[in-house]
Amino acid sequence: MSDTVSIVIVSHSQDIAKGTADMVRQMVGKEVNIAFCGGNPDGGLGTDVPRIIDAIETVWTPKGVAILVDLGGAETNSEMAVEMLPPERRNCVVVCNAPIVEGAVMAATEAAGGSPLDKVRAVAEELSPS
Amino acid sequence: MDLDTGTLRSLIVAAAEQIIASAPELTALDQAIGDGDHGINMKRGFEAVLGKIDAIAAQPLGEAINTVGKTLVMTVGGASGPLYGSFFMAVGKAIAAGRRLPEDLADVFASGVDAVSARGRSKAGEKTMLDVLVPVLETLRSDAGRPDLMVRVRTTASEAVERTAPMLATKGRASYLGQRSIGRIDPGARSSCVLVHAICTTLEAHL
Repeated sequence: MSDTVSIVIVSHSQDIAKGTADMVRQMVGKEVNIAFCGGNPDGGLGTDVPRIIDAIETVWTPKGVAILVDLGGAETNSEMAVEMLPPERRNCVVVCNAPIVEGAVMAATEAAGGSPLDKVRAVAEELSPS
Repeated sequence: MDLDTGTLRSLIVAAAEQIIASAPELTALDQAIGDGDHGINMKRGFEAVLGKIDAIAAQPLGEAINTVGKTLVMTVGGASGPLYGSFFMAVGKAIAAGRRLPEDLADVFASGVDAVSARGRSKAGEKTMLDVLVPVLETLRSDAGRPDLMVRVRTTASEAVERTAPMLATKGRASYLGQRSIGRIDPGARSSCVLVHAICTTLEAHL
């Protein structure tokens, strides 16, 4: 079991999702578990609720999971995926309002230091204009 | 009275067939002010619903509509999945909680509209599907009991779609276009209108 918050990256594009995860791994290292997904159920551009749920479950830890998303549909589908998790897990998964690449790097950096989920989210969200 | 299984099945099939038939139009509208996948996404979702129509129609009404919603969530692949999915899931829950059709149609519909509003953190006037759903709800309430209610609802929906053209989008992908979103009808408003028409026409024929 991991003692750091995990990161899930959800993009409309599988390539963007994977590339973002690659950057986080290179910049932050491997202490933080990262999962990613991108593309709609047909493999085109879009997002896919079942795969978002799978990604969350792959890196699930009671410490929490922070999700970074790109455009609107990724956010809506990620929120939907969180609601479809078992009730006891829902409160430990958040969708961050942050740019996907920078947010993922900042969130993972914070998570690597052992910070709790609310702190990880706050650091990622500092990147967004209020 | 309650909706029988045959009517339920007809409602779902009519809604799905009309959305599938409208897919090219919805996609064209979405190419103008969105990311061009609304028709494709909605078609994928409703094809998945049709694919399990036997299992869905065998369920109690509330549960059946809830399953339609969940299927859309799991298969649409864009924001319209959770939005329409939440609508049908909330409608299904309202019925499962004891609301009856057609008597409580307006209240049941209101549950769905509230769910869309919460999911999209949006309200009417922002050039979205709510600009059809909210006026339709108002007509369901104001004209309840009239023999021509379904005709009035259809007219409301059609007129409401046209009123989205001059609106400035502030929610969803179209909002990135800013002023350029003005002058086009909203694809989500159009798909809502298609669904409302399909459902009204089927209810008219069966009730």
